[in-house]
Amino acid sequence: MSKPATLPEMFRAMLRIRLIEEAIAARYAEHEMRCPVHLSIGQEATAVGVCAALRRDDQVVSTHRCHAHYLAKGGDLRAMMAEIYGKAAGCCGGRGGSMHLNDDAAGMLLSLPIVASSMPIAVGVALAFAQEKRDAVAVTFIGDGSIEEGVFHESMNLAALKQLPALFVLENNLYSCYTALGDRQPVRPLTDLARAYAMPAEHGDGNDVQAVQALATRATARARSGGGPSLLVLDTYRWREHCGPNYDNDIGYRSEAEFQSWAGRCPLARARRELTAAGALDPAAEAAMTAALTREIDDAFAFAKAAPFPDPDSAGDHLYA
Amino acid sequence: MPEPRIISVAEAIREATDLAMERDSRVFVMGEGVTDPKAVFGTTAGLIERYGPERVLEMPIAENGFTGMAIGAAIMGRRPIIIHQRVDFALLSLEQLFNNAAKICYVTAGRHRVPLVVRMIVGRGWGQGPAHSQSLEALFAQVPGLKVIMPTTAREAKGQLLAAIEDDNPVIFIEHRWVHYATGDVPAGYYTTPIDGPRVVRPGRDVTIVATSYMLLEALRAAETLAAAGIEAEVIDMAVLRPFAPEAIVASVRRTGRLLCVDTGFRSYGVGAEVVATVTEQALDALRRPPRRLGLPEHPTPSSRALLGDFYPTAMSIIDAVAELVEAGDLSGPRQALETELARVPKDVPHPTFRGPF
Repeated sequence: MSKPATLPEMFRAMLRIRLIEEAIAARYAEHEMRCPVHLSIGQEATAVGVCAALRRDDQVVSTHRCHAHYLAKGGDLRAMMAEIYGKAAGCCGGRGGSMHLNDDAAGMLLSLPIVASSMPIAVGVALAFAQEKRDAVAVTFIGDGSIEEGVFHESMNLAALKQLPALFVLENNLYSCYTALGDRQPVRPLTDLARAYAMPAEHGDGNDVQAVQALATRATARARSGGGPSLLVLDTYRWREHCGPNYDNDIGYRSEAEFQSWAGRCPLARARRELTAAGALDPAAEAAMTAALTREIDDAFAFAKAAPFPDPDSAGDHLYA
Repeated sequence: MPEPRIISVAEAIREATDLAMERDSRVFVMGEGVTDPKAVFGTTAGLIERYGPERVLEMPIAENGFTGMAIGAAIMGRRPIIIHQRVDFALLSLEQLFNNAAKICYVTAGRHRVPLVVRMIVGRGWGQGPAHSQSLEALFAQVPGLKVIMPTTAREAKGQLLAAIEDDNPVIFIEHRWVHYATGDVPAGYYTTPIDGPRVVRPGRDVTIVATSYMLLEALRAAETLAAAGIEAEVIDMAVLRPFAPEAIVASVRRTGRLLCVDTGFRSYGVGAEVVATVTEQALDALRRPPRRLGLPEHPTPSSRALLGDFYPTAMSIIDAVAELVEAGDLSGPRQALETELARVPKDVPHPTFRGPF
């Protein structure tokens, strides 16, 4: 399900991302996935809720933490796993690793692992849509750290100045690597940043997939109808370490209590509660869903492990078109 | 023979841009000042009137942002031309150029392309000073995935810019402000000059001079004086820095046995260093003398003309370097004549006779 629209579909999409990320974490110590991995566990609802509002021809530009965005937009799982394993069948042919996931067919344009580097690229995609008079939307996911980059402001200004069909999705997970937001920025509503550029902005619970979907639907509708760009500020939390498979609540930059409080706001648990209350999900149904997803994931890992490495002589290919 | 059509490099660049925009509706121009009354030294004059603000985009002072915007549009099939009035301003966009423009084709295994041209201009003279006159082509040329061109002659500048716009890769097009004034015979209409490597501009048997940009004009002037003293210099325009195709240079050195490189950038770690290293690797046996390099010294560009005395290589320093490479006869007559002529002109403005046609 590349573009889930209903809560059951979005729950399944989030569960799929969670299971894939947990499978990566579980097998990372085998040292066969030899590239950095920035897991999205805990942040599934922002990716799934936003992509639920998108069409296939809408383009997403993501960051180093791109697994959830890639999967939510419909990126091919086998190609993702093969990339992380460094194989020729990877979505970058082994040239990018986990921080550069992309899938043309899904409208997952690029992932760029320099903070805020994706923003002007998305503005340019939106410019192309405007020049070609298409009603598609360019979406970029960014983190709270991106606000500190100059190009954040340059991109917001450009998108607003030219009234381009762009959507900036700011996932505020409170930390840039191991440094808290409060140590990096003054306290103010992050939506105020958009006001500086006369751009509409909305703030939402990034762990409530339906709320995210509603916000993104509104913003993309505005962009499609010529209403220009929007900023969404979505609160969420990264469960595992900045880079790698482990929990790191013990190393001193954040507390176990803070983590537990956010774990209590798990986006999957919330959707599960709502579906259960509506009679749309029960433990047996979820177990069957998990079993089916696990088969798909096992297949993707098996494919990636068995796939051949790229030809060493091809390392210099595709430098130029 | 048709009448020569003499125009300046700046006019040739404007004409090429106009022709490209007329031919391909995907081509658009963007930058700081592209629609203002000065029109980037005249190189964008008339474009806003002809193509309107949707294709001639005045930009906020946001070099990295609008460079990323151009890259994003290029990936989607548009063909942007960015213009920076100084190389120094483009430094704010290196993140997008180096991390994204240069790598997106590679990292997507060729599925995405970045057909982008970035024009930037090297300043010189009239007290421009340390941050308005840097010639940093070596910086860009070091990055695989970029192409780097330095146009010098009007005919080639037009064809090279049109080739760059047609190219599906990011092309850094570095113009020298003083080269803008050089004139030449430029065909009307659309044509391209291949981005394929250096070009022998003046054949000669005694010494190979490889030069970039404005230094090519200095080298050609030096070659005339050398010829008057019986020394035939082969002058090569190092127009395409990346991809670097050294074959013509190596072949020339195999004939002459002597090599001098003169470029507009810093001597250390510069274009000359790459040329000398390559020739040394491929044709050490042909070298009859150690190769020489001329370039900028180990300090920033001072503003005062009093401090600029020996900052830039000149026809005179080229002649003196060649004299050390060849078994020269008596050069003093022709050398003195040129020195007297050059002394009549201030050092901080382009030499009025550097107009061509070349």
